[in-house]
Amino acid sequence: MVHPATDHEDAAPASGTRRRRFLTYVAAAPMLTIAGKFVLEGEAAAAAGPVAGQLPLPPVSGLVDFGDIMEIATAPTMELMKLEFTTDNKVRFELPRLEVGQGLNTAVVMMLAEELGARTSDVVVELSDARPELLFNQFTAASSSVRTFWKPLRQMAATARARLITAAAKKWSVSANSLTAQGSGIVGPGGRKATFAELAKDAAKVVIPSVPATPKKASEFKVLGKGMTRSDARAIVTGKAHYVSDLKIPNSVVAVVVRPPTLGGELVSYDDSAIRNVAGFKGTAEISSGVAVCAEYTWQAMELAKKLQVTWKSGPITDMSSADIQAKLADMAGSLDDSVNDDDGDEIDEGFDFAFVSHAPMEVNYAVADVKDGRAEVWVPAQSPQDAQKDIAAKIGVLDVKVHVTRAGGSFGRHLFHDAAIEAAEVSKAIGKPVKLMWTRNDDTRHGRMRPASHHRVKASYRAGKVRSWTHKMASVATDFTHGLGDLITSTAVESGIGKLPAAQLYFNLTQSVPYEFGTTTISLHDLDLDGVNTGSWRSVHSGTFRVAEDLVVDEIAAKAGSDPANFRLENAKSDRAKAVLQKAMKGGNWGRQMPKGHAQGISLHEEFKSIAACLVEINASDPKKPRVTKAYIVVDAGQPLNPKGIEAQMMGGLTDAISTILQAGIHIDNGAVREGSYGDFYWARQGNTPPELQIDVMPATTDEPGGVGELGVPVCGGAIACAYARATGTKPRSFPINF
Amino acid sequence: MPKYEFTVNGKDVEVDVPAEMPLLWVLRDELRITGPKYGCGVGVCRACTCLQDDEEVQTCMVKAEDADGTEITTIEGLADDDELHPVQQAWIDRDVPQCGFCQPGQIMTAVALLNEKGDDVTDADIDKIENVCRCGTYGRIRQAIKQAAENM
Repeated sequence: MVHPATDHEDAAPASGTRRRRFLTYVAAAPMLTIAGKFVLEGEAAAAAGPVAGQLPLPPVSGLVDFGDIMEIATAPTMELMKLEFTTDNKVRFELPRLEVGQGLNTAVVMMLAEELGARTSDVVVELSDARPELLFNQFTAASSSVRTFWKPLRQMAATARARLITAAAKKWSVSANSLTAQGSGIVGPGGRKATFAELAKDAAKVVIPSVPATPKKASEFKVLGKGMTRSDARAIVTGKAHYVSDLKIPNSVVAVVVRPPTLGGELVSYDDSAIRNVAGFKGTAEISSGVAVCAEYTWQAMELAKKLQVTWKSGPITDMSSADIQAKLADMAGSLDDSVNDDDGDEIDEGFDFAFVSHAPMEVNYAVADVKDGRAEVWVPAQSPQDAQKDIAAKIGVLDVKVHVTRAGGSFGRHLFHDAAIEAAEVSKAIGKPVKLMWTRNDDTRHGRMRPASHHRVKASYRAGKVRSWTHKMASVATDFTHGLGDLITSTAVESGIGKLPAAQLYFNLTQSVPYEFGTTTISLHDLDLDGVNTGSWRSVHSGTFRVAEDLVVDEIAAKAGSDPANFRLENAKSDRAKAVLQKAMKGGNWGRQMPKGHAQGISLHEEFKSIAACLVEINASDPKKPRVTKAYIVVDAGQPLNPKGIEAQMMGGLTDAISTILQAGIHIDNGAVREGSYGDFYWARQGNTPPELQIDVMPATTDEPGGVGELGVPVCGGAIACAYARATGTKPRSFPINF
Repeated sequence: MPKYEFTVNGKDVEVDVPAEMPLLWVLRDELRITGPKYGCGVGVCRACTCLQDDEEVQTCMVKAEDADGTEITTIEGLADDDELHPVQQAWIDRDVPQCGFCQPGQIMTAVALLNEKGDDVTDADIDKIENVCRCGTYGRIRQAIKQAAENM
């Protein structure tokens, strides 16, 4: 990220290297030879072919998952990545992704330090501006970032290392085989040492290195696999980590947008005569989403916005509230032909409702824009910055748009959309000044994006304790995939021969699967188009509700079969990796221990992103209105674990998401408007809602590639909590959040 | 506009702002001290928490005129030059932050709690902390507070 020139900027910018003299780049990432087409066999081939009249695909996520699609889509442009060496002996890498708290920067530091033999403190990872030439290689989504960089970044660093060693061997006239890279330098016989900075220029000229440029084997890892504290931890705890809202922009004004009272409402007219002469007023501007009120100070902008007189036309769904939407969804999930009927077995057929959920990152939606002289410069935390560039250009009619990506104060999928940046550019163009545009918290909750409401219908037939067929229909208000990620999914997946379904359908089929042997298994997604409601992918997308509905049915079948719910899962789990995490969770979490009345345990298993987790929770629901998860034990198999501390953090975050969305945090729509406004009523879990006893264990490597972990915790913890609540209260929860 | 004098992180400041303007915005927009964050503006999320005369306050709820004559400590003033406060150090040792946005407020709240309770701090005391962390770092916050209690 590039910081703007400022009038108050102190001498040490958070980005660190801007003042460092760039020396050279020693290696670019190689173009990897990954086939652009999958060759599918058997069931997957059948799934990929069009079948007349058939809507749902059997799950393909076990064979090809979304991360594979990302790997294919990003491979052609990996050669545009560069490792830069600076005169102060730092290694600098521009990461075309967004750091939102998921620990990606730290994982990248570790990967590069490992292969280079660099100190982790000498590896500087900065967020890249929008680079259209990277095509599909600049999306942060679907727990795929570490997976996509795993091979090319290590190969790039290994190449750089081989060149640095070759340069040192020439300099000292010794055999390259006698040299090693360590401590951000090359070390040779007799203790001689040269820093990377001293060797970089010569190393860049090496065409054929004298030592193999082969990435290390896992058994040789010194950095990867050991827990590393976040590389920006010190900056954060001293208040020096800067977010877009902290940028200091000379001569800028602050803008707050007055938005319609109902979703999708439209501006008819406004009158700013009452505020024009108030101190601090800097102008108003009509923009696509409402009326922007500009002022000198943020507080003034917020206060003036309250006083603006506006006439609105109501939005398109003022005749609808949450209950109406849930009824439509239930109708969709139940209106299609039930594919499997079992005449001689028992049947279970249940429906589950899930409310809308706000992304609600701690940092409200915020962006800075400076539009002048036919060009625009924008600062925004964007998961899809190229798309931001295109959208801004289209909106304000300016072709030269520079997008700087800033770290995000949380995202959870929210920053796939860059609406604040578009608005800031509109306002800056209208008033001719740099603009810092902020959404108030109420705006963020009421007009921001949401995980769509959904209804799940799960139907299973079973006999003698064995499930013979399993059908899961998910009906959801359509998830908005119109950000650039949708293009990536459809173009890459269609090219690979998987199918020509809309983006949401493809995403669903590339991520969802049932981890148990349940006979004939059919899963499907049915989208409901609903005008006015702003939806978007929310951490774990479909899985956060999908897994919960299934877990409750699994528990109920186990109970009818007289089986223990954990053992029932163990007996039916498809993979050995799944069985291993379950067994460990059961043993380490003391599954089956006696609990007082109103308390219970719950357990779940989830497999996605080539990772697997099991979660065991204990709940105290003796007051069903105020349940408390008192203990959680999570076991995670992340394939090749890169940063166990980071993996634990992600699972802990997923647990908190699950506690919140299963037990008490959701969004109501009343007559076409969002009811909740802040964390006071969209009641996100606080310290007192989370378990005092928490243990997370990361399994030793089970594969040679890292799996995704950013979203894995939400579904597995959600399923365990819902089951624990059901067992503790003796109820059958069917609507979430439970206390809403 | 009226003028107010107070100290921030030990330095005397004088500001010329509306009496009603919340201290949070005086700090952020006028004094360019950006550690305290806006998360809700209504005293609920507590990302703006600072110390006023050693008491925990939500600066979005303190008017500029009520800051007059008081001592304000923000996250930027917690460390003694390069030597971190035990709470900051514990936050690093336990790898607490994720996105980091709420952490200045979380840390200032923990400092106020430990100033009051010292190493007698209990799980029940920690349970009462109302600061929101949307990344859900609560488990490590709990560990870090206990560690800091031993080192203060």
